[in-house]
Amino acid sequence: MHISEGVLSSPVLFTGGAITAVGTAVGLKSLDYDKIMTVAMLTATFFVASLIHVPIGPGNVHLILGGLMGIVLGWGCFPAILTALFLQAIFFHYGGLTVIGVNTSTMALPALFCYYIFRPWIKNNGNKRKIAAFCCGFFSILFSSLIMALALATTDTGFLGVAKLVIAAHLPLMVIEGIITMFTVLFLSKVQPEFLGIGD
Amino acid sequence: MMDEDFAQGTSLLHHIDSRIKIVVAFFLVGIIAVTDNFTVIALALAVSLVLLTVARLPVTLVAKRLVAANSFIFFLWLTLPLTYGGELVYQTSLFSISHEGIILSALITLKTNTIVLTIIALLATSTIASLGHALEGLRLPGRLCFLLLFSYRYIFVIHQEYLRLSRAAKMRCFQPATNIHTYKTVAYLFGMTLVKSYNRGARIHQAMLLRGFNGHLIPLTSHRMNRNDIVFLFMGLTASAALVFLHFT
Repeated sequence: MHISEGVLSSPVLFTGGAITAVGTAVGLKSLDYDKIMTVAMLTATFFVASLIHVPIGPGNVHLILGGLMGIVLGWGCFPAILTALFLQAIFFHYGGLTVIGVNTSTMALPALFCYYIFRPWIKNNGNKRKIAAFCCGFFSILFSSLIMALALATTDTGFLGVAKLVIAAHLPLMVIEGIITMFTVLFLSKVQPEFLGIGD
Repeated sequence: MMDEDFAQGTSLLHHIDSRIKIVVAFFLVGIIAVTDNFTVIALALAVSLVLLTVARLPVTLVAKRLVAANSFIFFLWLTLPLTYGGELVYQTSLFSISHEGIILSALITLKTNTIVLTIIALLATSTIASLGHALEGLRLPGRLCFLLLFSYRYIFVIHQEYLRLSRAAKMRCFQPATNIHTYKTVAYLFGMTLVKSYNRGARIHQAMLLRGFNGHLIPLTSHRMNRNDIVFLFMGLTASAALVFLHFT
């Protein structure tokens, strides 16, 4: 779930915007025109992931896969997420353009965390890779919901109740994202290891 | 799914240069986002309604978009009045409704809808392609605009690719449910989509190099600024300045 327009206070909006601007600048610097085509395709693919709904009990949730995006793209996840959110804001009016900085930071900071912490583990074979991939999906959503709660709570103390609810609502999603990220990584490690940077 | 419903049209707004529309939208939306003054927002709402009328967009479609944009707002209405605290207007042993909570929810609802309407009127009346080139014209990093244009170009292709895989799964009697088998299947389908798009990206890059790609995309249509654009820019900036003035008085 993204925070929509008009909810957050201006200091929070500016902070999110600044983080996203710096992250995107660093991310773009690391992409030259040889790599950018792959990143554009992956951005489109992750956008498609957000259209995939998986059942959970009576309802369903859509995939986010921020953690996977982080370990595949590294700093490139900032421009990629920014682009995907821009398209979502224009097409579906989920999230929005004034909060695009905050929403990008919400997803990209945990993705970057996964890149630095779990990516080295992914290179191991066997159970270590499984656990790292699961954690990647799990913690990216956990941290996203924490950052989102933080953004809400620093806007206005009255949002504390909403912030807690946001974290609670994301709990089942963490487990599902963990499982799906784990299976996707296992699949990729067999089918196209160089995609994950595994030099088998 | 993702048709550019509002981008086709012959109204005045459709003919304004996308760069101008982005600049005006930037200022208008920026002011609405930072203000918490009901008068300013009401006036901004009036401006956005005028813009919508000028753009002559189908009302039912705009309403549908508004419903989608209000999902988070709905969530806020469910929680804020109950949890905000402060002065209470209604109280039972189970729950209480706070006055400030209602005011805040109303403010946020107004702000959200005003911003969304402004964006529909100004930005959704341009195609993504022209927005991408316009952003480049406004000196945004070329690579970011490239990323926007190309990922937009291939979203449809990749979505078709995924749908083909999931159709194949369906034909083999795959029924989604809440179990590991479903998650595993979806993960494999998505993994296959990733692999395909990764390889497709490499092929497209080679094909573009063969055709002399040097990192610069050339727009198919070039737009020269005319008098309408300048007048619109002037009016947009005046409206924004008036709103800023109201905000501070």
